[in-house]
Amino acid sequence: MNNNEILLEVRGLTKHFPLKSNFWRRVIGHVRAVDGVDLFVRRGETLGLVGESGCGKTTLGRCILRAIEPTAGEVLYHLQGRQPVDFRSLSGDQLRQMRPFMQMVFQDPFSALDPRMTVYDIISEPLRANPGRVMTTIVERVKELMTVVGLNPQYMERYPHAFSTGQRQRISVARALATSPEFIVCDEPVSALDVSVRSQILNLLLELQDRYQVGYLFISHDLSVIHHISHRVAVMYVGKIVETASAVELFQSPKHPYTEVLLHAIPRPDPRSKRIRLYLSGELPNPANPPSGCYFHPRCGYAQEVCARQTPALSELSPLHHVACHFAAELNLNGVAM
Amino acid sequence: MNDDSDILLDVRDLHVSFQLREGLLKAVDGVDFVVRKRKTVGLVGESGCGKSVTVKAVLQIIPPPGKMRGEIWLRRKAGGPPVDLGKLDPTGDEIRQVRGGEIGMIFQEPMKAFSPVHTIGNQLVEGILLHTTPDPKEAHDAAVAMLERVKIANPQQRMKAYPHELSGGMRQRAMIAAALACHPSILIADEPTTALDVTVQAEVLRLIKDLQAELGMSVIFITHDLGVVAEMADDVAVMYLGRIVEQSDVDTIFHEPMHPYTVELLRSIPELGRTPRSRLNTIEGTVPVPLNLGRRCGFYSRCREAVAGVCDVADPPAVQVRPGHRVRCFLRQPPPAVAV
Repeated sequence: MNNNEILLEVRGLTKHFPLKSNFWRRVIGHVRAVDGVDLFVRRGETLGLVGESGCGKTTLGRCILRAIEPTAGEVLYHLQGRQPVDFRSLSGDQLRQMRPFMQMVFQDPFSALDPRMTVYDIISEPLRANPGRVMTTIVERVKELMTVVGLNPQYMERYPHAFSTGQRQRISVARALATSPEFIVCDEPVSALDVSVRSQILNLLLELQDRYQVGYLFISHDLSVIHHISHRVAVMYVGKIVETASAVELFQSPKHPYTEVLLHAIPRPDPRSKRIRLYLSGELPNPANPPSGCYFHPRCGYAQEVCARQTPALSELSPLHHVACHFAAELNLNGVAM
Repeated sequence: MNDDSDILLDVRDLHVSFQLREGLLKAVDGVDFVVRKRKTVGLVGESGCGKSVTVKAVLQIIPPPGKMRGEIWLRRKAGGPPVDLGKLDPTGDEIRQVRGGEIGMIFQEPMKAFSPVHTIGNQLVEGILLHTTPDPKEAHDAAVAMLERVKIANPQQRMKAYPHELSGGMRQRAMIAAALACHPSILIADEPTTALDVTVQAEVLRLIKDLQAELGMSVIFITHDLGVVAEMADDVAVMYLGRIVEQSDVDTIFHEPMHPYTVELLRSIPELGRTPRSRLNTIEGTVPVPLNLGRRCGFYSRCREAVAGVCDVADPPAVQVRPGHRVRCFLRQPPPAVAV
């Protein structure tokens, strides 16, 4: 990466969903979907966000875009040629002015595209909503975008149903790129795709990043995909980031026991690969009623008495490697052989 | 059927087609494979390649207007000569004994496969009463024992639980318990871990392997995940557009693949050993819809090595390139013996 500028900084981001009683609709508790998350993304960098379903990855991604209103915390964007802004303090109008700079690509390319709009309507919608951002005519821009993502501009007047899954995901990417954003949240963009199509979309996302220096928050539960596309990786468990490091370091020498288990659960496409088998006991805790101390301690093979009492903070182990574990420095965990 | 007594299921020249308004859709177009005792066959392929329809044909549960032809020889548990499942009445008694009793099946989405208005126990007992014992008490005990076997804690209580009360991993375990409750000789697992998280997936895969060893059954494992196949299968059949394009033992498929599709597929997965952010191999285009396709290799439109005039004029036959290794490709055939 040729640019070390910070693009996005998130501090203490929290989202608690109220739980209401059946009858009186009184608040009887909170689901801590996102619980004090700190992270940053540099310009042109991919931060991979990995975790199991229900850990709060998607909620975090949406809170960063204020698609869901966070409960607390700061979301700072350092956009090119502008003062850093706290996204959370913006009012409706100011927020709308910022929207073009940050976009989103969704998992399911079927439900993400309106079946009654043509491809032209879909891709041009963000342009029509943000007239100030258009340099050329809208038609020209749509043609350009379709070419960039590998679609034939001739098909501009067709409806989404005429396209295959992979092509639809290309349409979603083109729509996200329309306003030349600096940051894109990719929420499981390749999870619904077949192997041969998945590689096409991954290549496309990599190429676009190199070309336009967009920052990605790449959410996925697939660790091989995360390993492939990310510069840095953050591992999430029950609303908290438990480890973040560069992709290479995280996969080679994980420091959090949960990361270790995740890494060894990846099925390797090689019948000759010999790997250590680690299994997790128990179930993912309920984020409305998480365990005491470290949320991972009931399932952790290395847990000690202190783990049930104290919540470990995400602390720096080495530059760029942060871990939330009391024994991060002492444990000798196994990474996956490259 | 093959006389080899090691072979439990022998599928020969299986075709399944659907007559649609747009034309004849050939979902399965000439599939042959065998399932050996205590072995796992992996059926791999992308969506729409016909892997699920193939196993549905085995159980005779193809949705209308599907039509099937071909032979499906099953060696029954009770002994006797093998029966051709394809010739049985799909609503008759004999096939009903086979379904669940001799061939169990687990599905991708346990939430959809279970009835939401009956308890887990109810649904397990129902199968056991049909196949194993007429005594409700005995069936109940067998169901509890089965839940225990798939490592569900408090099986007595779980018997009374409804599917929505269990977590995803737990539901899939209960599904496995239901499929194995009558001790089938073959278990068909259709993408059983696709909807699960990696850590849960690892546990479910281990459970299937353990139970397979314990009960001595064979498994037909359907998946699109090459990593899962590498871990589970003894033999692998790679499917594309309704055909098996390559089949062999698992090591050969992953280390000495021959069919261009298998080779490209293996190169296009983001594997951990690869350089991060390197460009992946892509297979251009998409899988064609198997409607009114002419006689030519199904992979012709996407194959880099395709030779016009060879690959687009006839169907490539499945050729044995080595013992146990069959490939459907004109470009990978041993040179023909010189005609005398």
